[in-house]
Order: sequence, then C-alpha cells, then structure tokens
Amino acid sequence: MITKLVIQNLKARWVRTLLSALVVGVQVMSILTLIGLSRGMLQQSAERAKGSGADIFLRPGAQGTFSINTGQVSEKFVPFVARQQHVRYAVGVLIIPLKAVTTITGVDFNELHQIAGRFRFVEGGPPRGPDDLLVDEFYARQNKIGIGQKVKLLGHDWRVAGVLPGGILGRFIVPITTLQALTSNTGRISEILVKLDDPGLTDQVVERLNEVLRGNLQAISMTAFVSQFSMNNIPELKAFITVITALAVIVGFLVVFLSMYTAVIERTREIGILKALGAKPLTIVDILVREAIFLAVAGWLFGIALAFAVKVGVTTIVPATLPVINAPDWWPIAAAIALIGALLGAIYPGTKAAQQDAIEALAYE
Amino acid sequence: MNSQSEPEAAASAAAVSLLPIIRVRDLTKTYHVGDVDVHALRGVTLDVARGEFLAIIGPSGSGKSTLFNILGGLAPPTSGEVWIDGIDLRALTESQRTEMRQKKVGFVFQRYNLLPTLNAQDNINIALALSGRKHPPADFDQILDLLGICDRMRHRPRALSGGEQQRVAIARALATQPAILLADEPTGNLDTENSSAVLSILRDLNKRKGQTILMITHNPEAASFADRTVAIRDGRMQAP
Repeated sequence: MITKLVIQNLKARWVRTLLSALVVGVQVMSILTLIGLSRGMLQQSAERAKGSGADIFLRPGAQGTFSINTGQVSEKFVPFVARQQHVRYAVGVLIIPLKAVTTITGVDFNELHQIAGRFRFVEGGPPRGPDDLLVDEFYARQNKIGIGQKVKLLGHDWRVAGVLPGGILGRFIVPITTLQALTSNTGRISEILVKLDDPGLTDQVVERLNEVLRGNLQAISMTAFVSQFSMNNIPELKAFITVITALAVIVGFLVVFLSMYTAVIERTREIGILKALGAKPLTIVDILVREAIFLAVAGWLFGIALAFAVKVGVTTIVPATLPVINAPDWWPIAAAIALIGALLGAIYPGTKAAQQDAIEALAYE
Repeated sequence: MNSQSEPEAAASAAAVSLLPIIRVRDLTKTYHVGDVDVHALRGVTLDVARGEFLAIIGPSGSGKSTLFNILGGLAPPTSGEVWIDGIDLRALTESQRTEMRQKKVGFVFQRYNLLPTLNAQDNINIALALSGRKHPPADFDQILDLLGICDRMRHRPRALSGGEQQRVAIARALATQPAILLADEPTGNLDTENSSAVLSILRDLNKRKGQTILMITHNPEAASFADRTVAIRDGRMQAP
C-alpha cells in the first residue's frame, strides 16, 4: 500500500517527477557518453595500431603510449632495425598532430603495404603522387569527401586518392617525404613499425631489440602496446571521470533534494494525516526514500536511453570526430551514482518530514 | 502460561469492560509560547464508559482540541492521568503513542483529512496498512452500507462532496476497529443536511455496533446527538 501511495504521489506531481527524473537522466547520460567516448577513442587508436599489421613498435625510450613525438627519431634507425634477426620489414612513420587528438600519418605506402598486407579500399586506391592523401571512411562520410577532392591540412592542399576503412594507422595517411618536408622533419620519424618473419618470436625479438638499441628506442610488442589502450593507463582521464562522477552525484543530490524538499513542504498536511493514522517516523522516511529511489531508477533508465540516442546521433553526424561506443558495463555504476545522489538528497527532507509535529502538520494550510 | 481459570478470566474481562474506556484525572496541558506559558487544560477529569457516545462542547479556545489531541495520543499531557482502554498515556514514549494511535484510536477531523492522491478505498487501505492489519472487520461492508459510500470507493477525495468525504473518513477511522472514535467538529465544514446525516451515522454506529465515540463540538445541536454532553471552558470541565 505504501508503494501505491508513493506511485500516486509521483503521478499526482508528474511534471516535477518527469523533470527530476530527466535531470538525473542527463547526468547518467553524461557519464555513459563520457565513458563511451573515452573507450571509443581508445578502441579506435588500438584498432589503428593493430591495423598497421606490425608485430613490434619502436619508439623513443621515454615516450609514453599516448604521447606523440613529432620526429624525434632519426630515419637511420630503420635500416639498422631491418638488419636485425627475424625482422622481415621495418618502416618509419612520422606522426604530426593536427587538432585535439587527430593526427596525420606520413608513411611510405608501398612499405606499409608490405607490413599490413593487401589493403581494401572503400573507394579509390593507393597514393600515386606526393600530394595524395588517404582518409578513413568516417572522415570521408562526415565531411562528404570523394575521390579527387582537395583537402587542406597543415596549410597544404592534398588530393584525396583513396578512402580506407577505419582502423589503419591514422585518420589521414600521406607520403612521408611530403610530410617531412612540410613539417621540417626531413630525415626524422616518430616511430618504426616492425614486421617479423615469425610472430611467435615477438617477445624474444623485443628483448633483443631493446638490448641492441640501448635505450635509444624502446621496442614494445603490438600485444603489449594495444593492452595499454585502457582508461586505467591514463591518469588524467581517470581523474576527469572521477570529477564528472562526483558532479553527477552532486547534481543528482541537488535535484532530488529540491524535489523531495518541495514535496515535504507541499505535503505537510498529508504527513500529518499519516502520522495521525499511526505512521511511524521511519514509515514517513520510507515513503520519501522510495520516491527518491523511483526518481533515481527512472532517471537511470532515461539516462541509458539518452546515451543510446546520443551515441546514434554522434556516430551518424560526426563519426570521425567523436567515436562513441556503448558502455553497458557502466550501467550498474551509473545506477549506483544516481541512487547515491538520490538517497543523499532524500535524507534531509525525509528527516524533516519524520520529525514534523502531527498537530502542527494537520493545521498546515 | 495463563494462571487464571476460565471463570476467573471471564470475571476479569467483565471487570475490564466495566471500567471507563477513557479515564482522565486532573489533566493539565501547558504550552510554552516564547516566554509565555499558555495553560490549555487546567485539571480536566473525565470518564467515558465503553460504548458511550459523548459530546464535549465548548467555545473556541476552551481547550477541547487540546483534549482531543491528548486523548488521541497526538500530544503528551503535562500532568495528570489519562487512560485509554487500559493504557496509561503518561508512561508512553512517542513511538508507543504512535502504536496506540494505530490500534486504539480512530480519528474523524473537521476537514476530513483524506489523502488527496488516493481514492476512497485506498484511503481506508492505507489506514489498515499502517495499523498492521490486512483486512477490515468482517462487518465492514455493513458499515460502508450504513455510510452509503459503497459506490464511491473508487473516487478520489476531490470527486466527492464534503459529506461523502466525511463518511469516507469515518469508514477509514472504523476500518482498524478502534476502541474509541474521536471526532473533532465532524460537521464543522458541512451544510445542515450533510451534518445531520453524518451525526445520524455516528449515532447509528454507536447504537448498532457499540462503538465508543467522543465528539468535540461547539455546536449544541450536534452535541444533542450524543448520549451525554459535557462542557469545557477555559481548560476546565463544567456542568453543561
């Protein structure tokens, strides 16, 4: 019967109920979208790395997985690495940041072809001239770019020669010599991709390369490299998510607090009636807590639905800029966040209602 | 283990039934309003027999509502004795007074005090739920018949007339089989016709079901429906 009373109370003030649940839902959606976006970007980066077909990456010793060097490595390392035992191919790559996390990758496409194997083009084909550009399908779709069209990047006009599926090195691939010249990095590269004659020997070759390179470059297997594409390996991202989560709890708390507080004021007389009928203080708290839980659960469901809608919208409109994925494993966490905020928000109004004097409450106009 | 023999138990029960269901001795209630003490009750003594319909009549500020609140367990007395169906109210904690309200008292208020979001049936059900009972008494359908609200049970308070709301409030009060029915100006918001109907219902309930009723009113006409009337003025009982 208490549940029925709770439902009827919420139905009677349906606009407030809907708005409160919607605000909680927006918070849940923010968290889920943030997680989905973080994971989407990491997943995309990992897929691009894997898409290169390399077994080993060689990068400057002190460089972290998520930092980009814009040509700190001499190209002379490439033939040195290529001469090492079990190394079939070694290819130098130059990576230049464009904006935010978007980069342009310079590589000798024929060499990359040897490492990655046969490429499937969504449209067009390999670059033929020094100003030819390959873009991934997300960028092409988002910007409605077709073969032969000009794209200005780094102040340079490129001609789109082909569209690759997402997941090969970077969003933009250009001839390395052109990129080196454009960015004053002639003879410099960012990393070396290594293909082995026997991938089963990867760990052994990594160890050997690290010995011979003596800290000038660090070898890391593709498996180890990809495994680092996790939110846990990015302290700044973890901190950011913690802040957003805390904000969500605070907003949830404020929304439910305001909603419950207003409800308690509005329903002073009803609380008096319940007390006169023999409702214990805990029963009154129970009613408000159940209402708060309902708002949190409804908000959570709204949030999941909104997160789905945002994902569909974002991946349709800007698939290249914001690669959002679903994060169902975060649904329980988002539920807990919504519930914690709601329960915190119900404490004071609930206590206030429970402590209300029945006679005064019954006299309330 | 019961140490009483059957005849002893029967005699004991009979003795209890002869005791007043409400027994008040030298009851005082003082409210502290800022630095001022307001003496709402100044030594009230009152007995109400089981099955009696008693009206307490008095003008505004006479202390009748304070007496109503204390008898209903809504407020504690300042001093004096108050016994309701064998329970000494002085010794009760807030929680025990709440329990007493659940089990012993049914309230009927001037302003009906139905929960606006629930229909008539659910207003009754919530009272049952709060008292820990699952079902109303077996003869509850007869009570609803008597109240004439059988066809109004699915309506919310706002869809009911004042008279109907008050009759639902009476049904709600009786659903938990209270020892006493406390009615505070039950006709205060009703027109003459509905007032008469509600008072007749209270009298019928008292006569047919033996329900003890204590009604607070300032209206001598309403009081005339009761078996007995006592007057209260300036916090003291007076001859009517």
